[in-house]
Amino acid sequence: MIGRDYLRHMPSGHDDLGQRRGWLVRLHLDPLLLILMLILIVGGLFVLYSGSDGSIQTVEKQVVRFGLAFVVMFVFAQLDPSVYRRWSPWLFGVGTLALIAVLVAGVGAKGAQRWLQLPGIPRFQPSEFMKLAVPMMLAWYLSRQPLPPGFKAIATALIILGVPTALIVKQPDLGTALLIASAGIFVLFFAGISWKLVGSFFGLAGLAAPLMWFFVMRDYQKQRILTLLDPSSDPLGAGWNIIQSKTAIGSGGLFGKGWMQGTQSHLDFLPESHTDFIVAVLAEEFGFVGVMLLLSVYLMIIGRCLYIATHAQDSYSRLLAGSLTLTFFIYVFVNIGMVSGILPIVGVPLPLISYGGTSAVTLLAGFGILMSIHTHRRMLVS
Amino acid sequence: MTVLRSWRYAVVICAFLGVVGALCWRLVYLDVINQHFLSRQAEMRSARVETIDAHRGMITDRDGEPLAVSTPVETVWANPSEMDPNDPKLASLTKLLDLNLGQLRQRVRADRDREFIYIRRKIQPSLAKAAEALDIPGIYTRREYRRYYPAGEVAAQVVGFTNIDQQGQEGLELAYNSWLSGREGAKRVLKDNRGHVIKDLSLIRDAQPGKNLHLSIDLRLQYLAYRELKAAVQEHGAHSGTLVMLDVDTGEVLAMVNQPSYNPNDRSQLQPRLLRNRAITDVFEPGSTMKPLSMAAALESGKFHMGSEIDTSPGYMRLGRYTIRDDGNYGVLDLTHIIAKSSNVGMSHIAMTIGGQRIHDMLYRFGLGQSTGIGFPGEAVGVLPTHIDWKPVDEATMAYGYGVSVTALQLAQAYMVLANGGIRYPVSLIKLDRPPQGVREIPEGVAADIRHMLEAVVQEGTGKRAQIPFYQAAGKTGTVHLVGRNGYESNEYRSVFAGMAPADNPRLVCVVMIDAPQGNQYYGGEVAAPVFSRVMGDSLRLLNVRPDLNLDSQEVAGKATPEKSGGRG
Repeated sequence: MIGRDYLRHMPSGHDDLGQRRGWLVRLHLDPLLLILMLILIVGGLFVLYSGSDGSIQTVEKQVVRFGLAFVVMFVFAQLDPSVYRRWSPWLFGVGTLALIAVLVAGVGAKGAQRWLQLPGIPRFQPSEFMKLAVPMMLAWYLSRQPLPPGFKAIATALIILGVPTALIVKQPDLGTALLIASAGIFVLFFAGISWKLVGSFFGLAGLAAPLMWFFVMRDYQKQRILTLLDPSSDPLGAGWNIIQSKTAIGSGGLFGKGWMQGTQSHLDFLPESHTDFIVAVLAEEFGFVGVMLLLSVYLMIIGRCLYIATHAQDSYSRLLAGSLTLTFFIYVFVNIGMVSGILPIVGVPLPLISYGGTSAVTLLAGFGILMSIHTHRRMLVS
Repeated sequence: MTVLRSWRYAVVICAFLGVVGALCWRLVYLDVINQHFLSRQAEMRSARVETIDAHRGMITDRDGEPLAVSTPVETVWANPSEMDPNDPKLASLTKLLDLNLGQLRQRVRADRDREFIYIRRKIQPSLAKAAEALDIPGIYTRREYRRYYPAGEVAAQVVGFTNIDQQGQEGLELAYNSWLSGREGAKRVLKDNRGHVIKDLSLIRDAQPGKNLHLSIDLRLQYLAYRELKAAVQEHGAHSGTLVMLDVDTGEVLAMVNQPSYNPNDRSQLQPRLLRNRAITDVFEPGSTMKPLSMAAALESGKFHMGSEIDTSPGYMRLGRYTIRDDGNYGVLDLTHIIAKSSNVGMSHIAMTIGGQRIHDMLYRFGLGQSTGIGFPGEAVGVLPTHIDWKPVDEATMAYGYGVSVTALQLAQAYMVLANGGIRYPVSLIKLDRPPQGVREIPEGVAADIRHMLEAVVQEGTGKRAQIPFYQAAGKTGTVHLVGRNGYESNEYRSVFAGMAPADNPRLVCVVMIDAPQGNQYYGGEVAAPVFSRVMGDSLRLLNVRPDLNLDSQEVAGKATPEKSGGRG
């Protein structure tokens, strides 16, 4: 196996941005990824300013938040992937315990317990932490097995995945549970499970859907799916958000109404216009062209992340990077999908742009890990 | 492993592109294909058409004194579902609007599920602006208009009033509603989801303010007419009364007052009977006030002239089952004294000589039985009966004003014809900007002769109390039995005086009608004539009409107290 600790540790940029090793690389940051992220974040601040109806305080808070998240990313980028690998089981264990604690003594609102309030540390959301810990744990486990994994390994992996997922469903937070489950599935997929298994998984998922409908999903969750199918059935209630956001996107046309000129958002028709539905603001004010630009930047980021994943030097890094990348993609897809009315409304923010705290930190921590994987490269003994 | 890895990634990238493709298609669908529909949707949400209230025109008297004005007022209202009952700013609001803080909080709490409650209606705009400046969530203001009637009860029945939507309901407010209303404007505004108007987008059409209405009424004369009528009605405990004053040369109504009246600014105690503009809507039997009109027919017929004499003794006259009576045996009377003494027997002789049809035609020429052309809602035209075969009793009773019904306004119009030398003008409540088109109805000489007879009524006959200081008045009294359930009531009367002044060249015509005066005084010469005297005297002075009497002759007349039995009618 590659990735032994005795290999000389050397930050190397042979395969990226020519031969020059910039100071960013020496700081274990990936220049291309960093530039793309900054483009998104800075552009996003302008949309946020408009989406929050010209609230400079909102923008300031977002800047501070991303500042903090960048610090987290920087710290995560400094750690060697082997450190993550060693710590994976422990982080997973702590996270699972925290999820149990949430169910026992968590705090929350609107009928869901998602937060953990422990003395001495700030209130946090263990499920957010598990977005990283679950793929790390699975990558750790599977990288120790012969690849592609055998039946026993897959079964074990599914159990490892199932426990935290079930705990989060219980909170209940179906959206996050599905994101974490898919992150785990991506690890399995990259680990090389056979197509028969992939097919049977989809088959199972197809079978599970009606079961989920009748036994797991709550009324409000069912309502969201029904609303997706026919928003006009309850235009002032459940269908309101989606009708307003579709209207916002469509009325933007090709080039949009201009910055700060969107009527849907500025006149309060569009709900959550600075958080989950911010892409509708962008679409209304900058039009189809604006959304296409946004998607292109996302695609470039994802492309770069996939590149990092394919060029990772050990199985653990490769599995983890692949999973994190696809999870990021899922975020983008689910958010834009729900705002444009092809997916039900789940509380998934638009990564790097929506206003909001915890998810930004988790997201940038993930990018930190990706950068760490790419910049802590070992000289291969050829 | 590399192979495995590469095709696995290929699948990921394909799936990935598929998903991105789906998103892109969705965006194309919304942004390009559905754009037109969705743009319109967005516009429909935020761009609304709002009406702009047109300012209702003002009603003024002939000199521009306001009789009805619309003033902009503001109403403060609240949306309790947007409010916090414990908002500390509510204290300053209640202080500003003089409300009880506890009660307001109570209401806001109780009406949490409602979206509109009034906080304070129709207040001064400056106060509302201050309330708005407090910037309390859920507190709004809106512009309304309030119609004020500065003349109050004095012109209430003439002016009428509007309802809460500024639409005329009564009187001239109703008759000239479309003239006064103007046209609502419309504008497109941008509204947010809470219904706040963010900005005006465009003006679709401007509001056209209603036009002002200048009445022929002279508010000064209206006031004093009202004052005197009200005093008389109260003094005599009468049921009701009305007074009409016309400009002799134009037919313009200078004053038109009614008793009882109401305050149009506070209509909480309003009763339907108070609404009646009795001068126009109520008909009555004119009684003896018809005699001068019948006399005009007599003079015009050529069968009688100023020197003609008629023997009225023994003071009554039998016509079949009926007996026509005078108040006494007046003996031989000339035409002037038939009018001055108001002799029914004398008039009956004349009527039977010239024939009922001639009298009917003359009364018709004076405007009886027809609309005066005033255009007031609910105008009555009265009854002027005609017969193919005139019986003597019909001829006689019509000649002295029974079996005929008129409104006070019709009577005033008829006397105006006598006053101006025989020309009938349409009556108008609206100030005329050019001289009206009149029709000559009787020869000038006949009109002058009748005026002289009417002077005698005031100087020496039944109407002595109609005398006006410094002015020679001319007029005719009338006292009519009221019609009750079983025909004429023996103890209920209507007291009427119709007259003009100054007698030589009359400027004003005035009809006073007082219904059911109680007590001993009920003759037209006792109840209605003094009102005529006071109103006409003050009016002529106000209008700067040159006096035509000197003080000496006036003193003589002033000492002549009218006998209690001042003559029937």
